[in-house]
Amino acid sequence: MRFVDEFRDPEMARVLAREIARLADPRRHYKFMEVCGGHTHTIYKHGIEDYLPPNLTLVHGPGCPVCVIPMGRVDDAVHIAAQPEVILTSFGDMMRVPGGRGSFLDATARGADIRMVYSPLDALKVARQNPDKQVVFMAIGFETTAPSTALTVLQAAQEGMRNFSIFCNHVIILPAIKAILDSPDLRLDGFIGPGHVSTVIGCRPYEFMTRDFHKPMVIAGFEPLDILQAIYMLLRQLAAGRCEVENQYTRVVPWDGNRKALQVIHEVMELRPYFEWRGLGFISHSALKVRDTFTDFDAERRFAVPGVRVTDPKACQCGEVLKGVLKPWECKVFGTACTPETPIGTCMVSSEGACAAYYTYGRFTRTRVREVVETA
Amino acid sequence: MCLAIPGQIMEMLPERPHLALVEVSGVRRSVNIMMLADEAVKPGDWVLIHVGFALAKIDEQEAKASLALLAALGQAYADELKAFEDSRIE
Repeated sequence: MRFVDEFRDPEMARVLAREIARLADPRRHYKFMEVCGGHTHTIYKHGIEDYLPPNLTLVHGPGCPVCVIPMGRVDDAVHIAAQPEVILTSFGDMMRVPGGRGSFLDATARGADIRMVYSPLDALKVARQNPDKQVVFMAIGFETTAPSTALTVLQAAQEGMRNFSIFCNHVIILPAIKAILDSPDLRLDGFIGPGHVSTVIGCRPYEFMTRDFHKPMVIAGFEPLDILQAIYMLLRQLAAGRCEVENQYTRVVPWDGNRKALQVIHEVMELRPYFEWRGLGFISHSALKVRDTFTDFDAERRFAVPGVRVTDPKACQCGEVLKGVLKPWECKVFGTACTPETPIGTCMVSSEGACAAYYTYGRFTRTRVREVVETA
Repeated sequence: MCLAIPGQIMEMLPERPHLALVEVSGVRRSVNIMMLADEAVKPGDWVLIHVGFALAKIDEQEAKASLALLAALGQAYADELKAFEDSRIE
């Protein structure tokens, strides 16, 4: 019982597992994509797949902001960091992401001043403390993180700072979901929607998925029970012939999102015509850039970045993993040439990446949890 | 950076109305509360913190449950907590 006990309510986990098994039609196969890397992490950590009937597969999606940064953008940031009198600041997660010319850590070894920060506001503080340097913040993340960057730019503008800018790599989730829905590679039956992104954007923007693609979507929290419940809600919709956006995570996600957060994103940033996603290629209107009114805070305009597209290493199959076409362990280099210590692809770098999560937890929980469920 | 961690608001900072002093696992740091401007947060409230910003107001039960879940994450939560500790937002 040890593993089932990790759930907040073990009895509830058993009930949900039974209901899921009951609702799943044995004559068909179900494929649900969890869009968010946080969900992928929970799924492997708690061995959720072992609570599911064999004809139900979870497919891991593109919702890991570190994983989707293409190599060319890493190289651009390294190029900025190599300029004289520049300090590049970044979340710790980015430090080992490989670019064409190595990672941020490699650049640091070559003498670049790259510092880890917890918050963009800490980057702003570095700028205040170093008035003779140009401080650049490597801005990454989905709609969860973009408002924080936007508020930081607004504060920098208010303080009249002249030595702070952001290298904007913010991406938005809906165009990536649409790209996956448009892709002929995958036949998905439903989606588990991202919890924290939805705290900002709300539930309404997902309605195109049900309307135009007839795919049900359930926004879920991050506990193992949340994910089991979301799977149950998807199956219930399919069994009843419904196709709706439902919110399992009502205790955190408001239906209309966070108005203030959306407003500051809109004030500081606008959509790029297109942006390259690692593995997924170019997706139109899928990322944000700094508006002209805040040009002074845009590192892309302050420093001429090369903007060269770098092809992923041949051996790396992160693209297929991010689209859910391949499971992490089906990649040729998984766990051999590519490990969290020496990552080739981004999915192995971030702890939210499907490969890193599977590498860390997957191989041992899969068999152990199944035993527990079967004896329950 | 992808984690959002629950913390309790201990003190408002009247001189810096965009910030509040928030406690996470015994560590107190200032956190930006501009995104919750419409919610009028106050001491005692629990919030979900992401990269130095309060992202959403949550209830105490949700906060405690999610702290327990985060503790089970081990290293990932330890790293996030360390980063939070090192943060000095103004």
